[in-house]
Amino acid sequence: MADTVAVRTEEEGRGLEPAGFAFEDRLRPLEGLRAYGLIMAMWVRSTMAYRASFAMTLFGDLAVTAFDFIAILLMFSHVDALGGYSLPEIALLYGLSATAFGVCDLLLGSMDRVGGRIRDGTLDTLLVRPVPVLAQVAADRFALRRLGRITQGLVVIGYAVATLDIAWTPLKMLMLPMTVLSGAAIFGAVFIAGAAFQFVAQDASEVQNSFTYGGTTLLQYPPTVFAKDLVRGVTFVVPLAFASWLPALYVLGREYPVDLPQWVAFLPPLVAAGCCGLAGLAWRAGLRSYRSTGS
Amino acid sequence: MRLYAVVAAGGFRRYATYRTATVAGVFTNTVFGFIVAYTYIALWDERPQLGGYDTSQALTYVWLGQALLAAGARMGGGFESELVERIRTGDIAVDLYRPADLQLWWMAADLGRATFHLLGRGVAPMILGALAFDLALPGSFWTWPAFLLSVFLGIVVSFAVRYLVAMSAFWLLDGAGAMRMAMLAGLFFSGMLLPLNLFPGLLGEVARALPWSSLLQVPADVFLGKHAGWGLVEAYAFQAGWAVVLLGAGRLLQTGATRRVVVQGG
Amino acid sequence: MADDGFISLDGVEKVFEVRRRAGLLRRERHEVRAVDGISFRVARGEMVGYIGPNGAGKSTTIKMLTGILTPSGGRLRVAGIDPSRERTRLAHRIGVVFGQRTTLWWDLPLRDSYRLMHRMYRIPDRRYRENLDRCVELLDLGELLEVPVRQLSLGQRMRGDIAAALLHDPEVLYLDEPTIGLDVISKAKVRQFLKELNAERGTTVLLTTHDLTDIEQLCSRVMVIDHGRLMYDGSLAGLHEVGESERMLVVDLERELPPIVLQSADGGDQPALRAVKVEGPRQWLAFPAAASAAPLVARIAADYPLVDLSVREPDIEAVIARMYESAP
Repeated sequence: MADTVAVRTEEEGRGLEPAGFAFEDRLRPLEGLRAYGLIMAMWVRSTMAYRASFAMTLFGDLAVTAFDFIAILLMFSHVDALGGYSLPEIALLYGLSATAFGVCDLLLGSMDRVGGRIRDGTLDTLLVRPVPVLAQVAADRFALRRLGRITQGLVVIGYAVATLDIAWTPLKMLMLPMTVLSGAAIFGAVFIAGAAFQFVAQDASEVQNSFTYGGTTLLQYPPTVFAKDLVRGVTFVVPLAFASWLPALYVLGREYPVDLPQWVAFLPPLVAAGCCGLAGLAWRAGLRSYRSTGS
Repeated sequence: MRLYAVVAAGGFRRYATYRTATVAGVFTNTVFGFIVAYTYIALWDERPQLGGYDTSQALTYVWLGQALLAAGARMGGGFESELVERIRTGDIAVDLYRPADLQLWWMAADLGRATFHLLGRGVAPMILGALAFDLALPGSFWTWPAFLLSVFLGIVVSFAVRYLVAMSAFWLLDGAGAMRMAMLAGLFFSGMLLPLNLFPGLLGEVARALPWSSLLQVPADVFLGKHAGWGLVEAYAFQAGWAVVLLGAGRLLQTGATRRVVVQGG
Repeated sequence: MADDGFISLDGVEKVFEVRRRAGLLRRERHEVRAVDGISFRVARGEMVGYIGPNGAGKSTTIKMLTGILTPSGGRLRVAGIDPSRERTRLAHRIGVVFGQRTTLWWDLPLRDSYRLMHRMYRIPDRRYRENLDRCVELLDLGELLEVPVRQLSLGQRMRGDIAAALLHDPEVLYLDEPTIGLDVISKAKVRQFLKELNAERGTTVLLTTHDLTDIEQLCSRVMVIDHGRLMYDGSLAGLHEVGESERMLVVDLERELPPIVLQSADGGDQPALRAVKVEGPRQWLAFPAAASAAPLVARIAADYPLVDLSVREPDIEAVIARMYESAP
């Protein structure tokens, strides 16, 4: 009796394989996206369990970002230009940076929880699932309220486009979505690299904030405001400048304070791809070190 | 009283153990300090003496904002998420049977935390800021204790607000929304984004009268010597007044909430 | 490869490097051998208890078996798969229940968590329905499916977690403290279910526990690990012998009396029974686990004014502690 039972399960076990693994091995990135979608849907449903709280957080997020721009408007109630830039010009920088960051924040917003998950041991529960850990961590605590920041960013871009005095060409128009998408990918790479760093230092999620939140704040102001070395740093070391400044300054027809040829304005997609590649490697190294050290 | 001193010491030690987090936090405060400082320099270049500050006073304001950020728990990170979680999971029922007052217990723990954050995350950014920029440091020694008293009152107000927020979880179950709103108000109306004396007209008057101005604007003005003599007493009275009102409101909510828990049986 | 078990470990090691503060800034590095050369085989369909004190290396072993941790040395195979190299492939064939960490979705009805498993593991629809129905019936989950997980009791949640780990027909089920914190009825339900699962499906089960009753009722085989080494591998009865463990007779006498000692019936050096604790009229009397209690009770009843008595089985910690005492 026991033998027949064992044989049956063995067959069943094999029967699962074609559906399960062959598919996954070949299409691993797609498998990751699929898992991301599944987990994201669960979080959206979870959020809807507390509607009042969701409405408040959505409004809160919209207001947080709105206040952010209101602070700039308040500055302009006292001055006509900041660092030589007018309000519509700064609005374009602000809008591009905020939208790019908002997209990234929506998609990867809770990646900084990796350190916490390592500490409380719940990372292990993700490691026994048949889907990539990165996808599970990226979808963790997915929150629709983060649409607030994107909405506000787009509104500010709209305001900038309406009030700017520029000769719009199709190329310049195309630069806007290109900048937002590349910018989101560059910020995404920073999020992932930051999460990977938490495998080494579990309490260091705040370091990530200085590059992500700090980065988007920096990019909201014109580069002329900042010290040259700081501008060089975010151009060549952590290439956040490609997430908004360089393409936006091309659109505005402004000089970049660091001497660079004009075509670098078109590089953001390439820079983004490079950053994501490096971040992916960092993530793999981090996960490997976790699995060998268990901490 | 001894009990609460022990709780406060525990709060201090608990955060003191997160060394990496402290270093990471100082790093972030410093990065933000630099970013905001440059934008203020650009602003005061255009309009010197804006809001009654000269450039170095404005820069001092920036770095005070960073130094007091963690202590006032204006971006969250205080006790409230833990308390909300206890309310959500029902563990709060256990706390209510403790032979200690719920509000005082959490206030002691939060003051312990704030003390550590003031030292661990406030001093270093302030020194780094003072090294990199020309800051307006107090001319008189007595400004320092006056400033610290104002900071203390600000932290109590901050606690009282966050306690109210946490209590709301008894009714909303999930505290995320309310915490978000409180953080938002704490950020904007404390003067973190822009000093409140730059807010125009009615908005400025309202903002300066709200409790959040106790968190940064008032202590910063004490530090910069804008309040002296009776002005200083008025500033303290303003902060203490809000503290009493908000702590009282928290107590009312707590009484209502306790009754709820007892009725539901935890 | 017939003798190569379904789960096989050969000299598996896991070494952690721990940095400890030594003085203000200096840190000392030193090695901790969490698992120090463990070898064993588990056949398909076996039900094995894996026990040991906290920090003995139990969960490190489980983490290596599930592919979470990479071993530092040795060879490890589960169903022919190297867990650390093919973690996601293995994931389809194993089920894991972490006793203290639920994988269910806190704010959603139980059923939603199962739907996620359905899609994440790509379980064919028909099989998913069959498995879910079976789990619902045997684990008594019918009325709980539409209840948000946060409203479930600990025992209900554990049953829900076990079901979640079984929907994809795993060949091996790892259970980490499956009955910890549960009430008596929930414990019984969980044990009954595991027994049936093992008997009907032939699922291999490896469980860690602190509860000796779990082992007694479920496992024909026990492995004891401590300090990263396998101390014992065999039947539970054998463990009692190796550990020379003792049972406890708790007697309530009419009045306070000096500690009871009964000499061995065959005149040996060791007493047949001796008092280890006296509290007023109540005495705790230890005697070898292998000895029968009946003649001892009869002798006490004859010589002492007995009011009430009960026999306590040894617990795992005590058995293991005794094992050390008797080891050279």
